Amino acid sequence: MNIVVLVKQVPDTATERKLTSDDKTLDRAASDGVINELDEYAIEEGLLLKEKHGGEVTILTMGPEQATDSIRKALSMGADKAVHVSDEALHGSDALQSAYALSRALGRIEFDLVVLGSESTDARTGVMGAALAEYLGVPQLTLADKVDVDGQAIKVQRLTDYGYDVVEAELPAVVSVVEKINEPRYPSFKLIMQAKKKPVEKLTIADAEIDAARVGLANATTETVDVAPAPPRAAGTIVKDEGEGGVKIAEFLAEKKFV
Amino acid sequence: MSNAHKATAPDPGDFLEVDGSLSAEERDIRDTVRDFATGELLPNVADWFDAGTIPDARALAKSFGDLGVFGMHLDGYGCAGASAVSYGLACRELEAVDSGLRSFVSVQGSLAMTAIHRFGSEEQKNTWLPKMAAGELIGCFGLTEPDSGSDPGSMRTRARRDGSDWVLDGTKMWITNGSIADVAVVWAATEDGIRGFVVPTNTPGFSANVVHRKLSLRASITSELVLDGVRLPESAVLPGSGGLGSPLSCLNEARYGIVWGATGAARACYQAALDYAATREQFGRAISGFQLTQRKLADMLVDVNQAGLTALQIGRLKDAGRCHHTHVSFGKLSCVAAAQRVAGEARSIHGANGITLEYPVLRHMLNLETVATYEGTAEIHALSLGQAVTGVSAFR
Repeated sequence: MNIVVLVKQVPDTATERKLTSDDKTLDRAASDGVINELDEYAIEEGLLLKEKHGGEVTILTMGPEQATDSIRKALSMGADKAVHVSDEALHGSDALQSAYALSRALGRIEFDLVVLGSESTDARTGVMGAALAEYLGVPQLTLADKVDVDGQAIKVQRLTDYGYDVVEAELPAVVSVVEKINEPRYPSFKLIMQAKKKPVEKLTIADAEIDAARVGLANATTETVDVAPAPPRAAGTIVKDEGEGGVKIAEFLAEKKFV
Repeated sequence: MSNAHKATAPDPGDFLEVDGSLSAEERDIRDTVRDFATGELLPNVADWFDAGTIPDARALAKSFGDLGVFGMHLDGYGCAGASAVSYGLACRELEAVDSGLRSFVSVQGSLAMTAIHRFGSEEQKNTWLPKMAAGELIGCFGLTEPDSGSDPGSMRTRARRDGSDWVLDGTKMWITNGSIADVAVVWAATEDGIRGFVVPTNTPGFSANVVHRKLSLRASITSELVLDGVRLPESAVLPGSGGLGSPLSCLNEARYGIVWGATGAARACYQAALDYAATREQFGRAISGFQLTQRKLADMLVDVNQAGLTALQIGRLKDAGRCHHTHVSFGKLSCVAAAQRVAGEARSIHGANGITLEYPVLRHMLNLETVATYEGTAEIHALSLGQAVTGVSAFR
């Protein structure tokens, strides 16, 4: 089975994240880039499926040169090879444009399954799985916390607000995963040392036959109109228990409509 | 023009950018160990220290094996073949959590596995190394004895010939992982000098007793090994071993890891003190604003960074094949002493809180008493350096 895992490099959530003042895109110099956390679960799921069914795991990343660090980490976890789409013309592409560009790159790769995290910690649009499946014309199975593949059939347990749905489809398909699905492994030293020898194919938009008019900030389908830092968190309420602490907490929760 | 760009303020966590020259692979190994150590080990280590043991040492060995940290600097036989600097970084990140955890890795990789890798037969290597690298088998290393510490040449453990067999008698002391080990590399005096033996711990006559009531390195299992007529076949001797230089060369590998490890303990103490001083308020303000605290923090910062540079330089020398054993003595003497100073200052900044296991500082401070003692005391390394620069041995 040929599995492609989408890996996005995002700013480390542990550091202060900023947008640049000139074009309101991510200021990549302001914080270290790391693999989007949910994509680590996607990598793990890809590796587990490969261990069970055989085949290859290919990492697909779109991003600037420094995304190489994240690709190397994904390879250190055990992926076999990587494709890195990198082109100045992609700068500022929004979610829909990125889905289009990634679908073009995927057109060059034989795949049975595309696995990705259900959202990224930076943009948090959560639409990539759906948009990509539409561009590719294959089924989308989103928010999966369990994936079973049997021949050409794929079945996922889809996490919902009320429990889960069981969704079935035929391969090829796109699956987005949630963090309950597995526990990502640590890279091993042997794989870290092998990672630099694994093939990483670099693609420009011309290589991937991505239409320059359909990507980049100037052509984006969405616009960042204004940005403001999140307001500082208000001080919490301290309930002093004088025999009726439980009642006060219940009232508080009821007031906030938690109960 | 050189002032056209104002340099940005240094990172308090890596003031001299000691890690700035690391290769991508070295950074990946550092980050992997740091993530593993802070994610899997740090949440448990205070409990282990409190309990005076590692409750599930086999599971810990397996997770170390999965990571690839055991014998990571050795080539072949399931080992990763990483650089000396990478190995050092792994030791640093482990010891930033606890010296006992780094000791676990040192003993397995640098002592037991290195002895077999360096002096063992092909059969011995194939039998033991892959499973030790994977963490499926645990090894220990028996050199020190109750009455033979800094002067290992005075050992009383004897191996005598009996037909084609060897028979070992003696006692080894302060043996990390001794009571949980599957295999012990035991050094014994023979008619032809000191030789190393690979002893499966289920061999009749072999027993191990846990050392209790330790006040240091409590998140680590320390044992006494008793060899009472342990009969071994000819194939148990390490064919390449001969003389005291053999075990000492293994110790030199482990000491190299200690050089780096001590910088990890120092960094953890400094970081804890910096965080604590910023949030602890007395006389209406954070104690980090007081001159006496700042002097301590400045001294700690200098110690942490100088020790870090020392470890890295020795690592670079090692990777270039130019690391002399006295370089390692330099590192162990200076980096462990720096870590002890930093731990002591950090504990004082923590005030009364600093004596509890809620904070890492006294735990590190106590551990460093062991780190300063084992694998060559500060005194022995000072004598080694004295001999190196004067040409005169003051101890042998």
